[in-house]
Amino acid sequence: MNNDPIIRLTRVSKKFGQSMLAVDDISLDIREGEFITFLGPSGCGKSTALKMIAGLLPVTAGTIEITPQSGVSEQDLGFVFQEPTLMPWATVFDNVYLPLRLAGLKRSDVEARVKDILKEVGLTRFEGSYPRELSGGMKMRVSIARALVTRPRILLMDEPFAALDEMTRSKLNDDVVRLANENKLTVIFVTHSVFESVYLSTRIIIMAARPGRLVADMPMQRPWPPKDEWRTTPEFTAEARKVSETLKGTLNANDIDH
Amino acid sequence: MQTTSITEDLDAPVNTAQLRRAWREQILTWVMPITVLIIALGLWEYLVWHYEIPKYLIPAPSLIAETLIKDGPSLMASSWFTVKLTFFSLGLAIIGGVLLGALFALSRPVELSLFPFAVILQVTPVVAIAPLILIYVDSTFAALLICAWIVAFFPILSNTVIGLRSADHNLSDLFTMYRASPWQRLRYLLAPSALPYFMAALKVAGGLALIGAVVAEFVAGAAGQHTGLASRIIESSFRSEIPRMFAALVLVSLLGIVIFLLTSWASRKVLGHWHESEIRREN
Repeated sequence: MNNDPIIRLTRVSKKFGQSMLAVDDISLDIREGEFITFLGPSGCGKSTALKMIAGLLPVTAGTIEITPQSGVSEQDLGFVFQEPTLMPWATVFDNVYLPLRLAGLKRSDVEARVKDILKEVGLTRFEGSYPRELSGGMKMRVSIARALVTRPRILLMDEPFAALDEMTRSKLNDDVVRLANENKLTVIFVTHSVFESVYLSTRIIIMAARPGRLVADMPMQRPWPPKDEWRTTPEFTAEARKVSETLKGTLNANDIDH
Repeated sequence: MQTTSITEDLDAPVNTAQLRRAWREQILTWVMPITVLIIALGLWEYLVWHYEIPKYLIPAPSLIAETLIKDGPSLMASSWFTVKLTFFSLGLAIIGGVLLGALFALSRPVELSLFPFAVILQVTPVVAIAPLILIYVDSTFAALLICAWIVAFFPILSNTVIGLRSADHNLSDLFTMYRASPWQRLRYLLAPSALPYFMAALKVAGGLALIGAVVAEFVAGAAGQHTGLASRIIESSFRSEIPRMFAALVLVSLLGIVIFLLTSWASRKVLGHWHESEIRREN
């Protein structure tokens, strides 16, 4: 792990239309191996920021550099959407194979690779199933496998588990931590859950809405990778309270009206 | 969002209750309609015989069947003509509809400039345009083909356009992220997304192609040596050969049913494993 930033945002802004300022002047350095969460209420531009980093949205002002010195290019990005976003007409195998297929790689050449990643997310038995036959949590695993199959060094996740039940969510959180640790990933994770962010991250970026802006940058003093038991410790509760207080302070009168 | 896990389904043995349910389903879909049909035909036969209705008013089913056999060869030739006309026009409607639909989906200006013409073509009754087409086009077959094509083409066009536009936005973003070529995007995202819409249009267009073919032939009249079933109906009507009218009508219906079954089968074949519309639900 070196200390040069792997991703650098410099005075990044995003406007939708003439007046909607979704992201206002954000500067941020992200270093290799960090597990960062963007935490904030809806409308704070956290997803927008993530999509700009992924290159899915153009910036209105400022620059986003994915630092070339560290050998990272945009192809090294994996992206997980809020919904599983699978192709319903394709099997689990074909869904995971998609990024490699689009890169022009032959099925026979990468079959083992796709199977390996399916094994890592625990879906070996389901490679021939269609998405409709899977539970919500399993679909999300397919989505994660697809993001990891290109062996990215950066994983971007946009509220990936917001629609899942608590049990599935905490299981998947542990899986993401394990995968990030094993594959030495830099992760940017968008969420509106304080507990999720405290459990997962080495650093929390708190954002506020209207306009979407960065209000706090909180490095976490904590054991990482986290163990499940950590959720019940006083340290965890203290961290969560701290983050929660900071988050509350960012809510302005506008938001309380809602 | 949670749906039941597949695990139980995979391991569950095929139980007899399930088999029995499948069997009952089979009975309901095949045996019931056929029984009702046979009863209706029997009733028809009985009423005609009982009230001694003359055959030039309403012929009995047995007489229609007899006519079907007696005039078999000539009716078959006419059927073949109608079959050719229908499937040829449906084929052209698919080619034209899909190509133009793809062009519309790719280019907004093309869509805006051409769509009104497609609508005009669709809303003007084919009966009204057919006489003109018959005047302008030398070959009767070609003229009939154009008429049937006009009717069948629009649903395919409009559904292809909607279908190609209906791809999931996030999936589309994903294809952008992985730098998919336009061809890859079409092959792996847009075409599969459009397929349910296209298959729905195909079911409609199949029936419409037959209607178009029959209506156009009615307008064209019984002229010409190569004629289809519609001409035989008109011809028989001129000669007051009512049983043969019915026989030809039966053949037109049969053709319509075959087209419906074919398009339904194709739809199930193509969408059955993934699309909600064609998935058989358990329980």
